[in-house]
Amino acid sequence: MPKDFLKHAKDEYDVVVIGSGLGGLTAANMLARSGYRVLLLEQHYKLGGMATWFKRPGGHIFDISLHGFPYGMLKSCRRYWTQEIADSIVQLKNIRFDNPMFSLTTTFNRHDFTKLLTDKFNVAAEAVEGFFDKARKMDFQDDQQLTTRQLFDEFFPGREDVIRLLMEPITYANGSTLEDPAISYGIVFSNFMSKGVFTFQGGTDRLIQLMEAEINRSGVDVGIRCDVKKINCDGGRVRSVEVGGRKIKTRAVVSNANLKHTILNLVGEEYFDRQFVEEARAVRLNNSSTQVYMALKPDERIEESTGDLLFSSTAPTFRTESLLSRDITSRTYSFYYPRTRPAGRPRSLIVSSTNANYADWASLSEREYEASKQDLIETTLDALDKYVPNVRARIDHIEASTPRTFEHYTQHVAGASFGTKFEGLQVSFDIPKQIEGLYHAGSVGIIMSGWLGAMNYGRMVASDVDNLLAAAPAHATTKAVT
Amino acid sequence: MTEGDIREEILDILESIAPDEDLTQIDDGVNFRDQLELDSMDFLDIVMELRKRHRIQIPEDDYVQLASMKSTVTFLEPLMKDIERV
Ligand SMILES: Cc1cc2nc3c(=O)[nH]c(=O)nc-3n(C[C@H](O)[C@H](O)[C@H](O)COP(=O)(O)OP(=O)(O)OC[C@H]3O[C@@H](n4cnc5c(N)ncnc54)[C@H](O)[C@@H]3O)c2cc1C
Repeated sequence: MPKDFLKHAKDEYDVVVIGSGLGGLTAANMLARSGYRVLLLEQHYKLGGMATWFKRPGGHIFDISLHGFPYGMLKSCRRYWTQEIADSIVQLKNIRFDNPMFSLTTTFNRHDFTKLLTDKFNVAAEAVEGFFDKARKMDFQDDQQLTTRQLFDEFFPGREDVIRLLMEPITYANGSTLEDPAISYGIVFSNFMSKGVFTFQGGTDRLIQLMEAEINRSGVDVGIRCDVKKINCDGGRVRSVEVGGRKIKTRAVVSNANLKHTILNLVGEEYFDRQFVEEARAVRLNNSSTQVYMALKPDERIEESTGDLLFSSTAPTFRTESLLSRDITSRTYSFYYPRTRPAGRPRSLIVSSTNANYADWASLSEREYEASKQDLIETTLDALDKYVPNVRARIDHIEASTPRTFEHYTQHVAGASFGTKFEGLQVSFDIPKQIEGLYHAGSVGIIMSGWLGAMNYGRMVASDVDNLLAAAPAHATTKAVT
Repeated sequence: MTEGDIREEILDILESIAPDEDLTQIDDGVNFRDQLELDSMDFLDIVMELRKRHRIQIPEDDYVQLASMKSTVTFLEPLMKDIERV
């Protein structure tokens, strides 16, 4: 008989959180700390969502989405998690670019970028300062007409090389393009520029392990392998969720699942205004990814000068379409040195990532799919040889993932890596106005995605849920809110 | 709570939110944002902390009232005057 992962779940909660991505985990933790009875349900057997890792024979541990995040993570981890988690956040100091327009290494912060732009790219200091200030002041309530392309044209007209330096890393970080609203660029870019790029020492596995311990301390009930099939609503309010053949009553639901999946499938369009459903349908998903994971033989080391993150491209100029194309010309490499996991066995790994269109992979037959994956692996090794000489001979393990892989593990529609385009934010915000007690907290709108965005959004939504539950007369069974 | 007590309470909350900042030099008339490294998440945390400690509900539209120490204390005074100091 299959194990009952819901054995310890009660019949009723104040809040059910669907999905244990960083947004779901953070919302669950904050609400439990406020004294609510919280149940966290995750369909996969591991917590973390896209903040995940996998192990391979030989002591190799691969991180999927630990390429870098802004310094703001430290503050959020300290406040919404623990000091121990915050203390493990360390800077990645060698960020490299290599493309036909320029090759350079930077610490990826405002100070160094200003120096690069004025000295190496010969841009006037006032233009650089004006640009940084404008980007930093951006807020998500601002004007959304201005596109990122227009923002660049205002300060750096005709400078495709400058645009590439400023844009390429952000496109990798969250799939945003020159055609997206400038604020979605400005907010994320400024977050990084404040202090540079950071990572989590000990790897994603250690982070999620520490978070799991913390949600246990906070009193969250957790069910893994618990695929929520339905969110039941009635009379304009959330009532219960259906999972593992059980119906669990709840006063509020926070869905960390994909935005469209939440509205159209888990709840069902008949529970929303027609206009709202139209808007939800019209939300564009962000692109997906491919990755190639490579582990060097145990005694092989990568030169530190290779960098931590390398944005490489052979394309003559920067174009959104070419970044997404199956005909790959641009790759971002993350180099993991033994210092990534100081407590583990010393290993050197490389993950190559590209942005990708789901459609390019979805319709392939099994045979074509395998061939396409193999081609991805071979072409990646060819390209990487320039930076890690003789890489083929030094490798112990190699494999690839595609948009289909991401879809399989997270149930994100079309394997979306970074949630939705900007308009998804408003739809996500508006859900509780449609159904009382229903909330969404997960990667949306570009700015609420990435580790930091998802975590902060989880925290914001927890505050809204708390507001609702604290205002409504508490059930007799509800614990005192402290 | 008197206005002085409320000011102390806000300082205490700020201390936990921004432990790296020097709060002894705060100018009550100047916006927090112009003298401390605070972002919108920090303001949300201030609101949450007030709710947790004193069960004060601050609607989102009123967050702007929390711009400076002076405006915050003025805004909170009618809401907190009947609260016992602990
Ligand atoms: C290849 C790649 C590289 C990335 N690199 C970085 C990076 O370097 N830095 C960075 O900051 N960000 C990066 N990101 C983005 C970042 O990982 C995500 O934005 C973030 O982790 C998303 O968190 P989330 O809270 O939105 O939830 P998700 O991680 O999307 O998790 C949602 C969870 O909900 C679960 N779920 C869905 N439906 C159900 C259901 N019906 N019942 C139960 N559970 C359900 C899923 O299984 C999943 O665990 C990367 C993403 C990808 C794909």
